[in-house]
Amino acid sequence: MTKLEAVIQPSKLDAVKEALLAIGIDGLTVLEVRGHGRQKGHTEFYRGREYSVDLLPKIKLEIVLRDETVDDVVKAILGASQTGKIGDGKIFLSRIDEAIRIRNEERGSDAL
Amino acid sequence: MSPQQFADLQRQVTEARGNADNAWMLVCSALVLMMTGPGLALFYGGLVRRKNVLSTVMQSFAMMAVVTVLWGIVGFSLAFGPGNSFIGNLQHLFLHGVGAAPDPAYAPTIPLQTFMLYQLMFAIITPALITGAFAERMKFSGMLVFLSLWSLVIYTPMAHMVWGKGGLLNASLGGRFPCLDFAGGTVVHVTSGVSALVCALYLGKRQHYPKEQLPPHSVVLSFVGACMLWVGWFGFNAGSALSAGSLATSAFAATQFAAAAAALSWMAAEWIVAGHPSALGGISGAVAGLVAITPAAGFVTPMPALVIGLLAGGFCYLMVARVKAYFGYDDSLDAFGVHGAGGTLGAILTGVFASRYVNPMFKDAAGNLTGSGLLDGNPHQLLNQATGVVIAWVLAAVGTLLLLKLVDLTVGLRVSIEDEVQGLDLTQHGEEGYSLDS
Repeated sequence: MTKLEAVIQPSKLDAVKEALLAIGIDGLTVLEVRGHGRQKGHTEFYRGREYSVDLLPKIKLEIVLRDETVDDVVKAILGASQTGKIGDGKIFLSRIDEAIRIRNEERGSDAL
Repeated sequence: MSPQQFADLQRQVTEARGNADNAWMLVCSALVLMMTGPGLALFYGGLVRRKNVLSTVMQSFAMMAVVTVLWGIVGFSLAFGPGNSFIGNLQHLFLHGVGAAPDPAYAPTIPLQTFMLYQLMFAIITPALITGAFAERMKFSGMLVFLSLWSLVIYTPMAHMVWGKGGLLNASLGGRFPCLDFAGGTVVHVTSGVSALVCALYLGKRQHYPKEQLPPHSVVLSFVGACMLWVGWFGFNAGSALSAGSLATSAFAATQFAAAAAALSWMAAEWIVAGHPSALGGISGAVAGLVAITPAAGFVTPMPALVIGLLAGGFCYLMVARVKAYFGYDDSLDAFGVHGAGGTLGAILTGVFASRYVNPMFKDAAGNLTGSGLLDGNPHQLLNQATGVVIAWVLAAVGTLLLLKLVDLTVGLRVSIEDEVQGLDLTQHGEEGYSLDS
């Protein structure tokens, strides 16, 4: 099993969800997060005072996948979330040792 | 019609007129109270960090309670009792003699009790305005003592001088320097704004200011508060006609045009300088315009009001965005930059634009009406306005400094560094504005 974590632009969440649904991925966890990479932040003004905001709102997706679906899912996310500009985000993949469905204690990829 | 019937009719007409005026003034009193809570409380509350939101709204709310009690005991008497040129006497101690009968010198058609209530709401909001200067760092206890004393030592004499019988600056009841101040440009905004500056200087900066960023936690709260201030200000300015006639309408119109113009000019200044017209800029501009039109509201027509608003928006923007940064004082929520600066500008401009055709004020020896302001052929009025402003500045600055010193040596003014870092909501009130686990 593989855990896929993707940090994407908030504006791309709907497109990514649709792309995942289209290839049969029906479970995912979405978190509202803040962060920055090379994009850095932006500047805000309150009564003439300048505030630099370096942590920007982002969306983080977490999905645990059967290994054979990973390539398709990565392709779907890339296709739906790419704008070509700095700030598009990143995808991380890592190994998962075990998954357990709480309802009936199924284990392994059956629990996904 | 018999003489008896005629007399009855006359009495009924007078009574009906009095009832109409009274209804209007009671509504205005409630509107002005709404300016403090929730208007000003939310306006200020949104501008602080989330750990200080309750302490900030509580400072305004506390004034609604404390000043009311003080006003009933002695404040009203000191402000509006006959007394001398500087302060009233104790004739109305514990509201003695304040009942259904009008006082013809102040407001001939409404009960003196209504007048007392209306003026109370002004006495409440004035010290509440100062709290913007020391937000996020003053002890609740020190704040209570300081502002209670401030209300008696600075507000009541200033109100008496400008509006009280025989007051030094009273323009309609025979003051030595007749200063035109319709709804409190000097009495409310200059005194509170200048005191705010002294507080900011005396207390010093908040921890980490200006190196670290202390941005507003909710401009939305401030927006709601500022819009309530705008609405409440009709009670403040139009109500200062003290009757429901055409002068109230005229002051209402001047108020609306000045607020709108100032909102636009502040936003325009920001758009040019910083690249965006912000929501906070828009509401700050509107408040600046409302402050500046306050002394002029019952003396000017809508177009001069528009000019006063335009100037106030730009001027106050300059004060908070440039002058404050240049000198480096931490007037946290710009009580001086908006109320001190805007009030001073408005008081001077009242002397420029006041017109006898809006509100006849001055007569010559033969009893003919004479000009009110500079453009109405009375350049001397500028001097009277300046006198009022100088007296307000000096009284507020010296009085505030002495009171701060006194409270500093007894109760203490500033919270400890630990308390400041943890936030005043928890350390002063034992509660939180936004709880994560409920």
